[in-house]
Amino acid sequence: MKGELKVKAIEKGTVIDHIKAENLFKIISIIEIENIDTQIFIGSNLDSKKYGKKAIIKIADRFPSMDDINKIALIDSNAVINIIRDFKVVEKKKVELPETITTYFKCINPHCITNNENVETKFKVINKDGNVNLKCYYCDKITGHNNLVIKR
Amino acid sequence: MNRKSLISIMDYSKEDIFKILDLAEEFQNNPKQRLLENFVIASLFFEPSTRTRLSFESAIQKLGGKVVGFSEAANSSVAKGESLKDTILTVSNYSDLIIMRHPIEGSARYASEISSTPIINAGDGANQHPTQCLLDLYSIRKTQGSLENLNIFLVGDLKYGRTVHSLLMAMSDFNPSFNFVSPQQLRLPQEYKDFLNEKEIEYYEHDKLDENIKYADIIYVTRVQKERFSDPVEYEKVKNAYVLKNKMLEETKDNLRILHPLPRVNEIDIDVDANPKAYYFKQAENGVYVRMALICHILGVK
Ligand SMILES: [Zn+2]
Repeated sequence: MKGELKVKAIEKGTVIDHIKAENLFKIISIIEIENIDTQIFIGSNLDSKKYGKKAIIKIADRFPSMDDINKIALIDSNAVINIIRDFKVVEKKKVELPETITTYFKCINPHCITNNENVETKFKVINKDGNVNLKCYYCDKITGHNNLVIKR
Repeated sequence: MNRKSLISIMDYSKEDIFKILDLAEEFQNNPKQRLLENFVIASLFFEPSTRTRLSFESAIQKLGGKVVGFSEAANSSVAKGESLKDTILTVSNYSDLIIMRHPIEGSARYASEISSTPIINAGDGANQHPTQCLLDLYSIRKTQGSLENLNIFLVGDLKYGRTVHSLLMAMSDFNPSFNFVSPQQLRLPQEYKDFLNEKEIEYYEHDKLDENIKYADIIYVTRVQKERFSDPVEYEKVKNAYVLKNKMLEETKDNLRILHPLPRVNEIDIDVDANPKAYYFKQAENGVYVRMALICHILGVK
């Protein structure tokens, strides 16, 4: 049986597929899943030919804007978004790295204004050798892809 | 952001910088111009820095302007727990320009986003100190006649030294060659080397301050601080390898000038001070003219 089918099918909505299993909880956090009030189905550690273990998130009746969804690319650039209508995939797109990102991540610099006053973070997204790094708009320090911490 | 704020030297174009340097030259020749009589300028030093504060305040007073503010956070509402945002919003109501120094990195950029008046960053922690960079550029141009095609030696702490990083970025538009002289532990970070490679700027790295300085037009010396070494033995090993002494200057070029952002500890021996190639005290004096020029440029009075 295909991986997706182990998780309940939705009639219409958005499916985030091909998530590396280890990235699932970061993605749940970054898309602020707790603010979505429709049905949500999550599967993890599903078999995948590509990654070994993958995860999938199905959100019924909601079609977030790509601006909103593209921040997923900061965590998992291979994730794929499927738009579902009538139980069928009507559109399939890869997430794309945004140029800037606000709010979601912490700046790695403990002396940065964003870690010392109530100031939202703002970064320029730098894609170097396939790795995503964030350059702080305020302190100019670079937060490497290994140090991405979600700010809450 | 207020377009005229100066937070990082990279905020200003080559044209802005030249305009300020030309104006500074004019103030050096004729400092008695009461252009700021109708202006109130806030000087907010959230951490003390007497040298920088006096340079700014003297620049304002030479031009007839009024200064309000504080010289350390302990004497201000900040000590009562006021947020930076509230301080800036309040002060921007009754001043035409805010000069701020703050220990937190990015604080000046943030202030420029919320303030209705322009901000001059007089140092935000280890991050930026753009007026130091302007006065370095002024001193280089003044002593060499031009900023173009110079051979610049940067000596000391090239890893953490923010003045070195800004100077390197600012000079990159003028076809320089760089020689970096530092201990292994304090070498120029890779991101700046990437920047130079991208711009195809020639540079060399050295472990020792040696006879290569005979090719230098500018030697810019910075302090090697003990705190930067995790192992004090390592510091003891290198601390004397980067001290410039008068006898080392014998073979150097006539146009060579030695710069230092000050304060100095022992990295330039005092026997250099009397050498006409020593320019660091004059460099500090130039800071006043450059700050006069910058303030007038921002306020649009000149
Ligand atoms: Zn930061």
